Amino acid sequence: MAEFRLPANSRVQAGREHKAPAGASRVRRFKVYRYDPGSGENPRLDSYEVDLDRCGPMVLDALIKIKNEVDATLTFRRSCREGICGSCAMNIDGTNTLACTQAISDINGDISIYPLPHMPVIKDLVPDLTRFYAQYASIRPWLQTRTPPPPPDRERLQSKEEQEKINSPSACILCACCSTSCPSYWWNSDRYLGPAVLLAAYRWLVDSRDEATGERLDDLEDPFRLYRCHTIMNCTWACPKGLNPARAIAEIKQMIAARHL
Amino acid sequence: MTTRQANRPLSPHLGVYRWQISNTLSIFHRLTGVAMSLGALVLTGWIVSIAAGPDAYLDLVDALGSPPGVLALAGWTLCFFYHLCNGVRHLFWDAGKGFEIPEARRSGIMVVVTSTLLTLVFWIAILAGRWS
Repeated sequence: MAEFRLPANSRVQAGREHKAPAGASRVRRFKVYRYDPGSGENPRLDSYEVDLDRCGPMVLDALIKIKNEVDATLTFRRSCREGICGSCAMNIDGTNTLACTQAISDINGDISIYPLPHMPVIKDLVPDLTRFYAQYASIRPWLQTRTPPPPPDRERLQSKEEQEKINSPSACILCACCSTSCPSYWWNSDRYLGPAVLLAAYRWLVDSRDEATGERLDDLEDPFRLYRCHTIMNCTWACPKGLNPARAIAEIKQMIAARHL
Repeated sequence: MTTRQANRPLSPHLGVYRWQISNTLSIFHRLTGVAMSLGALVLTGWIVSIAAGPDAYLDLVDALGSPPGVLALAGWTLCFFYHLCNGVRHLFWDAGKGFEIPEARRSGIMVVVTSTLLTLVFWIAILAGRWS
């Protein structure tokens, strides 16, 4: 049964206020989720006023500025700062996206920043993605074949059309924005694979070189693993890469239905 | 595989996630389904009242004809039409159609408008029949 209320140790308390320095010209307030595992206290929401005239354009720029200039204990993942590594996925202004590609100017009013929703929090904006990665591994995200491999100087060939089928799903960066935007995944992440992992499964199902389609579908044909998707479509709304996990899941359901005809 | 070790807090979810067309209409679909299940109990009561005799039947009809009764019935018809229209939207999705965000937004708005219109037309027809 879905637990709508946060557990007692997870309820967010009021936090500290950090005012902008005197003489700041264009001030925006960032309200950031903070959790210190060493403190024994509940998470809190700190607010930081940032002078946008002295800050880069993206939300990640503001977080880095806060960490550099105001509070060095602020903890978050980041790496590429160009939307390809997926590290800085978080809940910004109510939706999941990458802090590095989310422009501050596209958000009105105070900017609230939380970790990816309904995940165990390690510290501040860093969620524990152990289960997410384990689910990814469970779909065997690699090429499975039975036919003997071609000689070492040859490849398994694909037509242009066959390649185009896997183009878009291969662009997934596993940032987990989609899976953690999905209410079904919130309530059933112990058994439902979630949109990101199902999109990855789809990527191998439609790969013309893969020869384990039947086994892959067998594994997915399960009331929870696949069919907890109720086409809410938060996943597609959230994807910072513009991919469409919802459609991929619908197509997996169609492939399974077609097997029974 | 323990992911809740060290008594880690759970990050906020429902309370912070933005209500978009996607999740809002989805939860409405669920809620209207629940409301209709409750409405089915009233329908059962209506049939039972027929078996229980004319007095019980008239009592129930009076109750349903009172302003709160009519309001509840209007609510249930709205639930019915919403669930019906959104069900059709789900059929299109099951057929693999309508997954682009602009399409999904448009079909969502269409469901809300159509179900409201159908409810209005339905009640205008009923009330017109009662008064004529």
